[in-house]
Amino acid sequence: MSRPSDVYLFGTCLVDLFMPDAGMDAITLLETLGIRVHFPQAQSCCGQPAYTSGHPREARDVARSQLDLFPGDWPIVVPSGSCGGMLKHHWPTLFAGEPEQERVVAIAARVVEFSDFLLNHLDWQPVDTGPATRVAVHTSCSARREMNVHTTSWALVDRLANVTRVVHDHESECCGFGGTFSIKHPDIAGAMVTDKARALEDSGAIEFVTADAGCLMNINGKLALDKATPLRGKHLASFLLERTGGKS
Amino acid sequence: MNSQPVTLYPSRQFKDNARAALADTELRGSLRSAMDFLMAKRSSAFPDTDELDALRTLGEAIRQRCLSRLPELLEQLEERLTANGVTVHWAETPAQANAIIHGLVAARNGTLMVKGKSMVSEEIELNHHLEAHGIQALESDMGEYIVQMAGEKPTHIIMPAIHKTKAQIARLFHEKLPDTPYTEDVDALIRIGRNALREAYLQADVGLSGVNFAVAETGTLCLVENEGNGRMCTTVPDLHIAITGIEKVVEKLEDVVPLYSLLTRSAIGQPITTYFNMISGPRRPGEKDGPREVHLVLLDNGRSQAYADQQLRKTLQCIRCGACMNHCPVYSRIGGHAYGTTYPGPIGEIISPHLLGLENTRDLPTASSLCGACGEVCPVRIPIPEMLMRLREESQRPAGEAVDHPLRGQGAAASTTEALAWRAWRRVYASPGTYRLFGWSATRLRALTPPTQAGWTQNHVPMTPAPKTLHELVREREARRKES
Amino acid sequence: MSARESILAKLRAAPKTALAHPDIAAHYQRFPFPDDPVGKLRHWARMMRSVKTEILWTDATHWPEALAEWADHRRPASLLLSDTPHGHQAAAALATRPTVPALRYFDSELDGWKEQLFHDVEAAFTRVRCGIAATGTLVLWPDAQEPRTMSLVPPIHIALFDTTTLHGDFHSAMHQENWAAGMPTNAVLVSGPSKTADIQLTLAYGAHGPRDLVVLAMLPDGISPAMLEEEGA
Ligand code: SF4
Repeated sequence: MSRPSDVYLFGTCLVDLFMPDAGMDAITLLETLGIRVHFPQAQSCCGQPAYTSGHPREARDVARSQLDLFPGDWPIVVPSGSCGGMLKHHWPTLFAGEPEQERVVAIAARVVEFSDFLLNHLDWQPVDTGPATRVAVHTSCSARREMNVHTTSWALVDRLANVTRVVHDHESECCGFGGTFSIKHPDIAGAMVTDKARALEDSGAIEFVTADAGCLMNINGKLALDKATPLRGKHLASFLLERTGGKS
Repeated sequence: MNSQPVTLYPSRQFKDNARAALADTELRGSLRSAMDFLMAKRSSAFPDTDELDALRTLGEAIRQRCLSRLPELLEQLEERLTANGVTVHWAETPAQANAIIHGLVAARNGTLMVKGKSMVSEEIELNHHLEAHGIQALESDMGEYIVQMAGEKPTHIIMPAIHKTKAQIARLFHEKLPDTPYTEDVDALIRIGRNALREAYLQADVGLSGVNFAVAETGTLCLVENEGNGRMCTTVPDLHIAITGIEKVVEKLEDVVPLYSLLTRSAIGQPITTYFNMISGPRRPGEKDGPREVHLVLLDNGRSQAYADQQLRKTLQCIRCGACMNHCPVYSRIGGHAYGTTYPGPIGEIISPHLLGLENTRDLPTASSLCGACGEVCPVRIPIPEMLMRLREESQRPAGEAVDHPLRGQGAAASTTEALAWRAWRRVYASPGTYRLFGWSATRLRALTPPTQAGWTQNHVPMTPAPKTLHELVREREARRKES
Repeated sequence: MSARESILAKLRAAPKTALAHPDIAAHYQRFPFPDDPVGKLRHWARMMRSVKTEILWTDATHWPEALAEWADHRRPASLLLSDTPHGHQAAAALATRPTVPALRYFDSELDGWKEQLFHDVEAAFTRVRCGIAATGTLVLWPDAQEPRTMSLVPPIHIALFDTTTLHGDFHSAMHQENWAAGMPTNAVLVSGPSKTADIQLTLAYGAHGPRDLVVLAMLPDGISPAMLEEEGA
């Protein structure tokens, strides 16, 4: 794939409000790699929360408000697998039979998940300047099953010379976030995130990374509540920036 | 064995059931290891991913083709079976199916029915109905036999007693069967069941079975099993009654080849089961065994509702392999009883609303994180998460709203509060100005974040907005760059 | 309106889609089972043994002897035979032995002696229609001479199998023999003795049907047992 000069960044609503640093780190990292990053200020949300909750009309209205934000034909990079999945795979369904259908399909085709972009579009070879560490990777279910990019985060971490990637028990299993699922079924979601947190702790990792804001909020929120270990997760963008010396 | 009270776990109490199941550490442990085992077995049964992909695509295409011709194929099936000497009955509801079956047994003054594994007979609560009429219905699949003896219902469509340990089964046999010493030796336990049930085959007036595939081309009922109890039930008693959902019909005999392979490999990771039993009619003149009468009951029970909608029709592609439940992080934590439905797990979440109405299955479509593990393994490629989202939509859709194919229980989960919340969300997120204001105030007022947030803070520290939004940080940086 | 009409009316009222029937044969051409007689037999035997089937290699002339030897060794108290040439051949071979199991022919309708079949018959001997290599399977087409319960009720089932009828996979068996042209009352694929894993996923043989499956596998000229048991087989 050819290396683009410019990209759009679709920051996602969770990153915007709860972990803006991850978004800034993604931008900084891309800029360090010589890419001009455009962040449309009118962006808000892909509509996924309403869509998966059975309110497609509300979802469509919000999604519709985003359609004019990407006029250039540059890739639209999304630092979250599930929002990427929404834009790429569910928007075309959401707009099937709507007047905007064609435009939406064209936009969806330009959506690239962040780790996929670094690995497969830029073939980035990071130079690791950090100390030796052990890291576990949690891949979101959307990244894994909708976007088919479950190996990209691994590959990027594996390119870091001083980082050992450790595998955690039931690594491919969901962390239990699932948007409103974790609020509507807190008992079940709680059992899932508990198992995920324990598996990460037991893996021997010093920290863990994920390229999905929802999973990160879920797992870190659980770890912080339990206070059992100092283990916390980072967004992949922040981790990569830090390892390559770009984080001041 | 006498009639047992059946413990019901109505799906209306799903959340309470789930909470109780989650607290049962023994159940959690045995489920987890059982599901891990079944997942590993499945993946070892498909060493070649190209073959797996091609076979799933083929399985999907066969099921979709057969469904596209469903009414014609049902008629053809009926015609062929009739020509073969099998009597075909149609039932729209469980009550009708029960009445048909009871009528057939009563006509020969039958008092004992032996049953091969049939989830459809569970669906219509046949045992209960027959026992009310003084007919004993004895389950003969080992797992079903165990759960029936325990007065429970199956927790898994393939492995009915997967929730039970051998110690629990040893205790059960010891307590319920006369002269049975306590033993945890699995071979000994199976021998006990075998001996008891072989007497039953001998005595039974009627055998009942399910059907895995009903072939329209030849009028053949195919049954998949390992134990041989299905063959017993369909061979030894003089009357064989098969019951199946209307969606199980396939067009051609060769359709069963890939579907059978997908079924056994996905379900239990076996290349094939011990028996693939193809029944095309009752005993013919000159033959020396086999039932003299064979009947097939075709049950609708809400399936035509799913059929009416092109998207939801995909639900009917299911071949009941159970792989979706084996791979489901929710099922593997709460087990089958919590769902309170005949079919648990992901397939249960998408089929039960048609059988029971959304009003009785309100919490099922949301009982999923939409992780997609089910759809990833489904041998006939049912997009289960997509079905779940659609059912969520229908259960949120106001009851009065007119649509082409209203589902039973439309609007069952709709609440004014939730609807208003999403409308408010739309107002904020669909308008850049309002959204900017919202982000600004949420970050500025972050100190006021409530310490308890419904559902969330049960498992997490509160969600607290950052000091500044990403929008703001980007703007600030741009401003800095302009200055310098 | 009857239930039948009502169901069919609902289904007919649903939206129509025109979909072609997929090409199933093409799939099995794309993933064929290698058509090598020795390879097929080896695989078949490996699969059958993996589910506790005993295979006795023999040939078209020596199988009665092989059966008699097996009976000498295993000593079944009783053996159910079919009233067929191979049934009679089996009886003749067994008769020459010092201990002969009680022999019975399945020569009348089961209804009169069901109880005896369940309680007094230890083993039954039947022929096999054909085999399937990929899955390690025998195909039985019970008929008036060799009824269904022979391969089901007695604890031991002994099957006489002409290995030249071994197909690569289920599809080619069905296709080459044109099953769709007419199915018997009952046809059954058998892959091992009956089994269950319903108690804590622990495998146990002898669930409801036979506990043991023994195959007298007749090899054609040119294939010897040694070729099938070579290393890697
Ligand atoms: S939905 Fe798919 S995976 Fe689940 S039981 Fe049906 S066929 Fe199997």
